[in-house]
Amino acid sequence: MTLLEVEDLTVSYRIAGGEAPAVRGVSFSLEPGSKLGVAGESGCGKSTVALALLRLLPKTARIGGTIRVDGEDVLGMRWGRLRAVRWAGASIVFQGAMHSLNAVRRVGDQIAEPILLHGTAPRAEVPERVGSLLERVGLPRWRARSYPHELSGGQRQRVMIAMALACEPKLIVADEPTTALDVMIQAQILRLIDDLVGGQGIGMLMISHDLAVLADTCDRLAVMYAGRIVEEGPAAAVVADARHPYGAALSAAFPRIGDPASRRAPRGLPGDPPDPADLPVGCSFRPRCPVAEERCAEVDPVLYPVPGGRSAACIKVRAEEPA
Amino acid sequence: MTAPAASRRAVVRARRRAALRKYTRSYAENRAGLFGLAALALAVLVALAAPLFIPAEALSVTGAPGERFEPPDAEFPLGTDTYGRSVLDLVVWGARISLTVGFLAAAVSVALGTVIGVIAGHFGGLASNVLMRITDWFLVLPTLVMAIALAAVMERSTLTIIIAIGVTSWPSTARIVRAQTLSVEARPYIERARALGGGHLHVMLRHVLPNVMPVVIAQTTLLVAEAIVMESTLSFLGLGSPGAISWGGILQDARNSGAISSGMWWYMVPPGLAIALVALSFTLCGRALEGVFNPRLRERR
Amino acid sequence: MTVRLQNEGAEAAGETAAPPVLAAAGLRVAFPGRGGRGTARAVDGVDLEVGAGEIVALVGESGCGKSTLARALLGLVRPTEGRVLFSGEPLDYRSRALKRYRHRVQLVQQDPSGSLNPRHTVYEAVAEGLRIHEGATAEEERRVADALSRAGLRPPERFFTRYPHELSGGQRQRVVIAGALILDPEVIVADEPVASLDASVRGEILRLILDLRAELGLSALVVTHDLGLAWNIADRVAVMYLGRVVEVGTVEEVLSEPRHPYTRALLSVLPESDAGEPVVLAGEPPDPTRIPSGCRFHARCPVLASGEAEREGIADRCRTEDPGILPASGGDRAACHHARLHG
Repeated sequence: MTLLEVEDLTVSYRIAGGEAPAVRGVSFSLEPGSKLGVAGESGCGKSTVALALLRLLPKTARIGGTIRVDGEDVLGMRWGRLRAVRWAGASIVFQGAMHSLNAVRRVGDQIAEPILLHGTAPRAEVPERVGSLLERVGLPRWRARSYPHELSGGQRQRVMIAMALACEPKLIVADEPTTALDVMIQAQILRLIDDLVGGQGIGMLMISHDLAVLADTCDRLAVMYAGRIVEEGPAAAVVADARHPYGAALSAAFPRIGDPASRRAPRGLPGDPPDPADLPVGCSFRPRCPVAEERCAEVDPVLYPVPGGRSAACIKVRAEEPA
Repeated sequence: MTAPAASRRAVVRARRRAALRKYTRSYAENRAGLFGLAALALAVLVALAAPLFIPAEALSVTGAPGERFEPPDAEFPLGTDTYGRSVLDLVVWGARISLTVGFLAAAVSVALGTVIGVIAGHFGGLASNVLMRITDWFLVLPTLVMAIALAAVMERSTLTIIIAIGVTSWPSTARIVRAQTLSVEARPYIERARALGGGHLHVMLRHVLPNVMPVVIAQTTLLVAEAIVMESTLSFLGLGSPGAISWGGILQDARNSGAISSGMWWYMVPPGLAIALVALSFTLCGRALEGVFNPRLRERR
Repeated sequence: MTVRLQNEGAEAAGETAAPPVLAAAGLRVAFPGRGGRGTARAVDGVDLEVGAGEIVALVGESGCGKSTLARALLGLVRPTEGRVLFSGEPLDYRSRALKRYRHRVQLVQQDPSGSLNPRHTVYEAVAEGLRIHEGATAEEERRVADALSRAGLRPPERFFTRYPHELSGGQRQRVVIAGALILDPEVIVADEPVASLDASVRGEILRLILDLRAELGLSALVVTHDLGLAWNIADRVAVMYLGRVVEVGTVEEVLSEPRHPYTRALLSVLPESDAGEPVVLAGEPPDPTRIPSGCRFHARCPVLASGEAEREGIADRCRTEDPGILPASGGDRAACHHARLHG
């Protein structure tokens, strides 16, 4: 069965004088054991999607569409069932492990909390379980007695991952799990995530602004812009040869060392993302697009299929299609 | 060149006005704060206008209009005091000294506390240690005892009381301002200002002071209330200026003439109530201002 | 060998007839320990040079001392040993001289949201340096406009009365850069100038730094943890580990043919790296309060761990003999016994 199915998800926030759409019709699905990366710049709606999956959005948000975890509709779920799903079915690893951990409680107690809350293990076995979780994320057992400030940034992120694994979830949502970590620590954490998720049939949705990280870790990649997926496909192919100009700009922003084309030639994208309350007419990427044409103002492109199991929301892609 | 500069300044002024409007609106949402402000405005107005409707002889000990210790009646709504003066007149007149002392003492105290707090927070190290030990010393010293000692050795006058209150109540302001300064000093824009070549004075005046101002304003309102109460206490203990009429002074006279034992409530209650009301109003204003300037508190409401 | 070295030395001397604009010589910065901890040797002997019109990237993990080194170069932290040289002259720490120095060397910080005072408008933020050094001048407005447009905020008048919270992250960083440019500095020290910016904005800001170098002949020291940034804009790169520069050279040399095992490991773990099997170093970067004896990298060194150093007969030297401070120019590229054997 499909582990996660998102269909036409829309989220809008109430703001002064109207509504601002943060997510505008996003659909994707995730099979057990596979990893989907969602990329995009801040404000594109990628974190909103992550929060919507577990209904963690603030009350000012209006959600539409359907989200099914293991075939169960999350948006229509009763509160008690939702709580059970939040840890045992799917769990989330937030960015900024410093702020997501309680500073005055030992990390062992914090890892034990979801286990006790959901009664997934008898009380007497909980310390043993915490110890083995710590070992799985590469920390010694005695670290259970440490406080968050005694750990380094990488170790805290490991604790966060141990917490996410505590109730053996089937789905893990990782929101920028390695942002603000050094390259070496980032490599350690990514390798850890890969080991933990890969072998266990756990599905993972990983969100990051760093396309290179996603390309290395995930099977498939979705690029979001202004609340929509504008490009989707196998991770390596999307990074190597993006079909949407935004995907191309994003992958060019992270240079490959040794590539003469990017030597002394940093590439970015002029302009700023559009204001969600005031989106441009036609293609929302048009004002920043290096290859925009007149007709881009007329059509609001949807995801058009591209050979190779991919799709891109750009009318130029459709033009290339044999009629 | 001058035209755009002028228009730019006009735009900045317009923005400041808009910010002020925003603050006013968010203050107006706090009903307790509005009540405090209205009560204060009334007290200040009455105090300012007092000479218009209270003739000087009504307050003189010799030319008092009534008999001594008359209970409230139509002529004297709050009765008379030990010399036959109307207690209502006394309470209204007393507002002049009590409010003056409150404002000025709070100003002295806040100024001292802000300067010391900012300097201690900005320089850190030895300067901070020395200043904060002095602050701690003043903080643990019972304020009242200190003020009594000061008022006793200095000439008995309203000014003495203002100074006595001012120099004894600054430590709490200094502590708060220092804490806020430390948090502002940790921001990257302070380092940027230093790297641009800005000296200590530049950093303190341009960056630290504007960012500690909200705390200072809120602290001021609380201190005014405290100063009024302290003035009453000092006057009550007989340390104020002998001739001046203040709320604390009225209470002191009442006690001396045995108002408590003989049940002359009209002599004691009105000045006491006035003190409580003004102090409460200031506290309410202070709380409301704190909410306006501290966005985190604002969201929680 | 010696002949070649001498030749290189002569060449270097010929090239740098004018001394480097900004240099560190034997620089050490130590912070006294607190709460029973030992002294932290954040910068533990660094020689580094930034030539005129040159962009140097200083790369390392957090806690390696790269930010402390940048701050010491700006005179914001006083070195416990060694000197900072500006155009060959040692930095004078008397306040008058330091102020003059800060007219010519500017700082750009990591987090543009934090480095602008939220109560100041863009105009005030950009004019701040000018007012500090020259007071109120008649052409202040023209110069603010000029600096803003050079930093890519056009038309500048539109930004004068904005507040930082009304700008995007990229625009804020441009305001910070404009504030630095208004004083016509010779050197910019940028501490992670794009780390907190979005990927798409990152390239734009880096291009701005390159353009400024081309237009104004600006030199720059860019502190970063991102090797890709060095590849994007820098001429030379210095890799820092635990308070020391362990490898230095041109970007092409260091990033294409790294010699120090630490540099090699850093390059190998980059996503999409071509450097073969990633060498993920175990553990955290060690503590500057307890710098290991011998080579400071030996406890984590893959060359030592794999037994390669043993076979070469240098394992004991790695554990006991400090490879020394890397000279800023000429001489070795990497402070490593193993690399010297193969160099």
